Amino acid sequence: MPTTEEESNGAALVIHELRKSFADVVAVNGLNLEVKRGECFGLLGPNGAGKTTTIEICEGLISPDAGTVQVLGHSWHDHADELRQRIGIQLQETQFPEKLTVEEVISLFRSFFCQGLTVEQAITMVQLAEKRKSRVGGLSGGQKQRLAMACALVGEPELLFLDEPTTGLDPQARRNLWNLVSQLRAEGRTIILTTHYMDEAERLCDRVAVMDYGRIIALGAPSELIASIGGEQIVEFAIGASAPLNAAMLTGKQGVKSHRVHAGLHQLFVSELHTTVPRIFESLAAQGLDLTEFRTHSATLEDVFVSLTGRNLRDE
Amino acid sequence: MSSLSQSSLFQLTVVRLRLFFREPEAVFWIFAFPILLSVGLSIAFRNRPADVLPVAGTTMQITQALNADKGLNAITLDVAGGRNALATGQILLLAIQQPSSIQFLYDDTNPDARTARLIADRAIQKAAGQRDSVEIRNELNHEAGSRYIDFVIPGLLGMNLMSSAIWALGFSIVEARQKKLLKRLIASPMPRWQYLASFLFWRLLLLVIEVGAFLGFSHFAFGVPARGSFWQLALLCVLASLTFSAIGLLIASRAKTMQAVSGLMNLTMLPMWILSGVFFSASRFPEIVQPFIRALPLTAAIDALRANMLQGTPLAYLLAPLSVLLAWLLITFSLSLCIFRWR
Repeated sequence: MPTTEEESNGAALVIHELRKSFADVVAVNGLNLEVKRGECFGLLGPNGAGKTTTIEICEGLISPDAGTVQVLGHSWHDHADELRQRIGIQLQETQFPEKLTVEEVISLFRSFFCQGLTVEQAITMVQLAEKRKSRVGGLSGGQKQRLAMACALVGEPELLFLDEPTTGLDPQARRNLWNLVSQLRAEGRTIILTTHYMDEAERLCDRVAVMDYGRIIALGAPSELIASIGGEQIVEFAIGASAPLNAAMLTGKQGVKSHRVHAGLHQLFVSELHTTVPRIFESLAAQGLDLTEFRTHSATLEDVFVSLTGRNLRDE
Repeated sequence: MSSLSQSSLFQLTVVRLRLFFREPEAVFWIFAFPILLSVGLSIAFRNRPADVLPVAGTTMQITQALNADKGLNAITLDVAGGRNALATGQILLLAIQQPSSIQFLYDDTNPDARTARLIADRAIQKAAGQRDSVEIRNELNHEAGSRYIDFVIPGLLGMNLMSSAIWALGFSIVEARQKKLLKRLIASPMPRWQYLASFLFWRLLLLVIEVGAFLGFSHFAFGVPARGSFWQLALLCVLASLTFSAIGLLIASRAKTMQAVSGLMNLTMLPMWILSGVFFSASRFPEIVQPFIRALPLTAAIDALRANMLQGTPLAYLLAPLSVLLAWLLITFSLSLCIFRWR
C-alpha cells in the first residue's frame, strides 16, 4: 500500500534516459516514460524492440547501463525489498515444477509476501478452482499462464508487470486472460504489459508506447495513435499491370487522407468509408485500371506501426 | 494454516521434499541402489571356507599323497592329459613322477597355483616321512569388522553421501535455472539465502532416512559393526553431506544446461570413485599421488567413517580428515556464493 500521500499521488513508474546494451546490441536506447497510477499501459513492438529488457529493468532484474527508474516513487537501489513486496511480476517464460500442484505453487509464492490474498482467493481469481489439485505438468498453456498470473497476484500488488502474457495461447485462452486483465484494471491496479499483438494492446491498454530498436516511436491512447495516421479506415487494393496508378488523383478525392504502397498493395487512409469508397471506384475506373484485390478494415495499431516504420509488427 | 506452514523457508523446503519423493527414479538411486550394491558385493566377496585346490599326479602314489592334505583335491592323469588340464584351468598343478624326483608343473604368476605348490610339497614330504620340527597351532579369525563387507560399507556410505548431494543440488538448481524458475523466484520477495538454505534442510532431512536405512540394513543383514560414538558418526555424516552439497552448489552455480552440469558432476566425482578407497584401500596407489588422494573430500570422509565405525576412533583423533572436509566446505561454499548465477 502507498506509504505517503505524495507517493500515492505520484506516477507508478518514471523512466528517464534509460540505456542498456548487451555486447554490441543496443537493447534500450535513451528511453523516457511515465506511467500513471491506475493506468493500464502497454509496451508494443516487434520481437527485439527492447520491450522485455525495458520491463525487466523496471522489475529490478537487470541493471541499466545509464538512466534512472523510479517504481512507486522508489529506486531499486534503495528500496528493493519493499518494492518486491509491492509489485507483481509475470515473466515471459517461467516453467513451474511439473510435479507440484497448482495449490502448492501458489502457496509457495504466497509465503514470500507479508500480506496478500489467501491461496483460495488467488485460485478463484484466476479461475483454476477445478485444477487446484492438478499437477502443473497436466495443465494447458492457458492454465499455466493463469497460474503464473495467480503467482503475480497473490501478494495483492499495487503494480503488475505482465511480459507477453498471451504469447503462444489459443484464441479462447487469450480471451480468458484478457478478461482477467480487464477485471484487474477495473479494480484500479496499475498494469504494465508488453505485447506484440496490437489487438491486445488496443483492447486492454489506456495508453501504449510503440517501441522499435530500443526507442519509443509513438506514445498515446490507442485511439489517438490510430487517429494520428490520418484516417480511421484503411482501403487496400491491388491493380493489374495494365497502367500505372496516378496516386494524386486518388488523394485529391474527398475523404482520402493519404496513399502509400506497402507489400505490393496500395493503401489509402480514409474517413467515412461509405461515401469515400464509391469515389475511389470512380477514380480507378476513370484511370482505366483493373482491380485484382480490394478490401477495407478499420485502422489498428499495426497500421500505426507500419506507417511509422514501413515494417509489419511481426516481420522477423 | 499455521504460521510455520506460511513461512517461506518451510514452504521452500517442503517443495524440495515433494519434488524429490515424486521422482521415483531419484528415490531408487538414493535409497535402494546402495542397499542393492552392498548385497551384491557381500555375495561376491562373502567369506567362504578355504578353497580346496584342484591338482593332479601322474601316479596313484602321488595322487594318494596329495589327497592326504585337506587343502588339495587330486586326480591321476598321464602327462599329456595333465598338461591339457593345466592349460584349460581344470587343475592348478601337475606332479610328474621322474626317475629320482618329482617335478611340479604350475604357473608361478597365479597365487592359487603357488599355494597349491606349497601344499603339494608339504603333502609329498609328509608322505615320505618328514616330521614338523616346530609345532604350529592355528586359531581362525572370522570376526565382524575385519571382513570385506565391513571395509566396503563405510566406503559405500561415503560414496552415497557424495553422489546424492552432488546430483541432487546440481540437477535441481540447473533445472530451475534452465526453466527460468530461479529468475521468477528472485523476481518475488523470496530471500535468496532461504532458497539455498532450503536445499540444506532438504539434504539433512533426507540424510536421516538415507544413512539410517543403509546403516540399519548393513548392521542387521551383515552384522557390520558400529564401534564409534553414534553421535559422532551422525556428525560426520552431516559434515560430509554439507561438504558435498557445497561442492554440488559450486558445480551448479553457473551451468546453464543439464548436459553441462552432468559433465561437470562426472568430472568431479569420477576421480574420487576411483581414488578415494570406496572398494579397495587408497593406499594401493603409488606413494607420489598419496598427498593428492588424501586431499580429496571423499577420501577424508571415507577414512573418518571407517575409523569411527570399524575402530571406534573418536573425532578428536580424526582431525586430519575433518579439516580436509571443513576446508572443502568453506572454500566451495564461499566460492559458489560469489559466482552463483540466479538468471
